[in-house]
Amino acid sequence: MPIRRVLVANRGEIALRVIRSCRALGIETVLTVSEADRDSLPARHADRVLCIGPGRPGDSYLKIDTVVQAALGAAADAVHPGYGFLSERAPFARRCEESGIVFIGPTAAQIDAVGDKLRARAEAEAANVPVVPGGAVQGLTEATALAARIGVPLLIKAVGGGGGRGMKRVDQLSDLPAALDMASGEAGAAFGDARVYLERYVARGRHVEVQVLGDGRGGVIHLGERDCSVQRRYQKLIEESPAPVLDQRLRESLLAAAVRFAARLQYRGAGTVEFLVDADRGEFYFLEMNARIQVEHPVTEMVTGLDLIAEQIRIAQGGDLPLTQAAVRLEGCAIECRINAEDPARDFMPSPGRVRDAAWPQGEGIRVDTHITTGSGVPPYYDSLLGKIIAHGPTREVARTRLAAALAATRISGVHTNLGFQAQLLADAEFARGGVDTGFLARRNG
Amino acid sequence: MSLTAKDVAEILQALESSSFDTLDLDLNGMKLHLRRSGAAPAPATRAAPPTPAAPAATPASVARIIEAPPGTVPVAAPLLGIFYRAPKPGEPPFIETGARVEPDTIIGIIEVMKLMNTVRAGVQGEVVAIPARNGELVEYGEALLFVRPD
Repeated sequence: MPIRRVLVANRGEIALRVIRSCRALGIETVLTVSEADRDSLPARHADRVLCIGPGRPGDSYLKIDTVVQAALGAAADAVHPGYGFLSERAPFARRCEESGIVFIGPTAAQIDAVGDKLRARAEAEAANVPVVPGGAVQGLTEATALAARIGVPLLIKAVGGGGGRGMKRVDQLSDLPAALDMASGEAGAAFGDARVYLERYVARGRHVEVQVLGDGRGGVIHLGERDCSVQRRYQKLIEESPAPVLDQRLRESLLAAAVRFAARLQYRGAGTVEFLVDADRGEFYFLEMNARIQVEHPVTEMVTGLDLIAEQIRIAQGGDLPLTQAAVRLEGCAIECRINAEDPARDFMPSPGRVRDAAWPQGEGIRVDTHITTGSGVPPYYDSLLGKIIAHGPTREVARTRLAAALAATRISGVHTNLGFQAQLLADAEFARGGVDTGFLARRNG
Repeated sequence: MSLTAKDVAEILQALESSSFDTLDLDLNGMKLHLRRSGAAPAPATRAAPPTPAAPAATPASVARIIEAPPGTVPVAAPLLGIFYRAPKPGEPPFIETGARVEPDTIIGIIEVMKLMNTVRAGVQGEVVAIPARNGELVEYGEALLFVRPD
């Protein structure tokens, strides 16, 4: 069924990004906004704007019934959820499906399959995709036996946890009983789920993820990988494609593994399979799959020349994949910096407010995805992302140099930003060499 | 082939609910040209990033938001949904223009995914105007009616 009107159930730069692709495809857009976003740039670009509630996400952007009602009331054929908010809520996708609205993304069942870590891990093993050595344990006897096989150091993680919460590191097997007790108790209290699992601790790990597109019928292609190892407390700051200084054989097996995983699920739409690359052992392990468009998708678009949002829409209409794997061309290198309204001098505290003046860079190989312009508000209710600056070049060094110049040409006043901090990271000798691990930032900041 | 008044009304409604400004119809020589009042020719292509240009085609919802009559206060929709003026189809509306309302007077229903939410006036006074239309989508904060407070 051709999609003629899309409800964009998001805000910020990704809402504007989706609106732009829809417009290029001749598709009308209806944007749901909270009161805090009535005057936002995306609201000025959408064909129709519907206010769905007050600023707090729980009162607006996260209300499944209200968003579906808005789509029905505005006679939208489809909903694009962007990232965050309702993008990976299976009940939302299901409600859309039941209401006859196309959910531009995977099926609700696929979101469920990758949303539960243990289930995703089981799917990975079934697809012959390597996982971090480890597994769920019940009781000390099981845990001791497994720990002996994995070796130390190892991590105890909560099944229901995420973002590093509820993790315990065990450096000696004799510490296992006490750590297991503590981890299980904390997991029960924090997540209402006392189940834990053990896994090998990777001392020097790189975060490498693979962009895939699936047609929902088992056909899957990959669009190369992205290295997102520059992270601060699990928040990505710089992303690039391809992953620098990565063994070519490792890269190829990682890409193939991502395709196998998505194909097993008969995955539909755009998705990202995340891996932890063990830099010392030269191995890689499946981490999780993100069933949505990612913040960092532009670096992939820069090296492939594809419009991933347009491809999401094409697939949602039942269309075929845009090209065969053999026809995918990965050209040059692209690096992206996330520009956030936060104050590095005050432990990266969010800095909401009003942008007095915004001047974004231009130039060869430079792309800016932002919803921020002079006078834009940065409401306190949402993430602090102001925009993304992406540079493309024939080599990584050209891209890095272009990005550094672009950052230097960017002016944002009225709110604190991490612009200067990002510029320092780009200039860092270790980053310039390429291939940093996820501990890079923590080591650098002491 | 001829067009009845009902056909024209339906075509008008189709234009109203679309994002287009003009509509040209040619049915075996019978020509109909419709143009949204005040509509400017559509821009060719929209420029890339920060171009806070004029909004796109007039959104249908904006068209019916009317100015508050002097001395009145709006009763705003507490949530987005389909607005109903009567408890059931065919029954008389909860209130009409000229009616008196108390803060807890039910003035309508807003349906969100089959869930009916009663809306109360929240103010005491006389209903002066009812801009919200029965059976149509209202957004959060949209004026459902205007009341002249006592």
